[in-house]
Amino acid sequence: MARFKKEGKKDLPEINTGSMSDIIFMFLFFFMVITNMRETNVKVKFSTPNASEIQKLEKKSLVATIYIGAPRSKNENTLPPGKVSVQLNDQTVKQENLTKDVRDFIAAEKEARNEEDKQKLTFSIKADKDVQMRYINLIKSELRTNNALKINYATGKKIYMNE
Amino acid sequence: MARKSPGINTGSMADISFLLLTFFLLTSSINTEQGIPRRLPPPSDDKPKDLEIRTRNVFNVIVNFNDEIIANDEIIPLNQLTNRAKEFLENPLNASNLPEKDTKLIENMGEYPVSKGVLSLKNDQSTSYNMYVQVQNELQRAVNELRDKVSVQYFGRIYDKLDTALQKSIQKAVPMNISEAPPNTYGKTD
Repeated sequence: MARFKKEGKKDLPEINTGSMSDIIFMFLFFFMVITNMRETNVKVKFSTPNASEIQKLEKKSLVATIYIGAPRSKNENTLPPGKVSVQLNDQTVKQENLTKDVRDFIAAEKEARNEEDKQKLTFSIKADKDVQMRYINLIKSELRTNNALKINYATGKKIYMNE
Repeated sequence: MARKSPGINTGSMADISFLLLTFFLLTSSINTEQGIPRRLPPPSDDKPKDLEIRTRNVFNVIVNFNDEIIANDEIIPLNQLTNRAKEFLENPLNASNLPEKDTKLIENMGEYPVSKGVLSLKNDQSTSYNMYVQVQNELQRAVNELRDKVSVQYFGRIYDKLDTALQKSIQKAVPMNISEAPPNTYGKTD
């Protein structure tokens, strides 16, 4: 009997928390690697439309983004007649510079890639769903005249109910 | 004899790294870029040639300034568009008012009657972007569903599950021909 008593009296051993921080650090590095910081601050408000037949863009480095939406502050340049801004890189473009800015933007994006990647460069249009088509058409015709033909309409995911 | 140095308390280390972890979780975004890919026609200085496309081979979709869809002179709701487009492209009964078919030899599939149909999309300057994307999406869905159908018929699997070579064949059998006409300019501005 004595044997059993002895064992029951023993305290539970404390859990070693020393390796806890290692585990958390591993998590931290994992998240740091798979995510990417937003490198441009977006100056327009937009919520993209949803679609069901979407494809994922393969490489983020092969995508140049054009933002179209309502400006976040009053100081941003807008295009007439509505209150819509087009953002390339870090700036919203002025109406009178639009053609030149888009051309420069496309040239700069192409310049930054090597010969092989230039063919795969995709211009992703991230536009607000309430924007009128006139702005999209404007950008599209500029892209077209500058020979940037691969485009993408950025959308969210819509799940279809089969009727 | 060196004195034994007291151990550093590592108990709070986990807390600190937790803090860092939450910080990164909040500030970063798992950006999955996704959307509807499209290819613009190459720029041309001269006027586009009048291609000989017969009216039976064209499915006209117009999205007007009120975001109404007009398919071949008839206003239809968005959810009918896919079926209309499918019916047009497929032309199962070889009706004389639906597109012609051109029998082509396609690798892996043999001879296949390829539809000559073209989906022509036209928008107004005042059309909302949302409607435009929805229409693009429905047209894409029509093509995707036809591709799936042909794919199951020939290879027993849906299009997405095929390998690249077979997908190419299907793409040839069910081409995605969307042509975009220059937009109308009437309609109100906001």
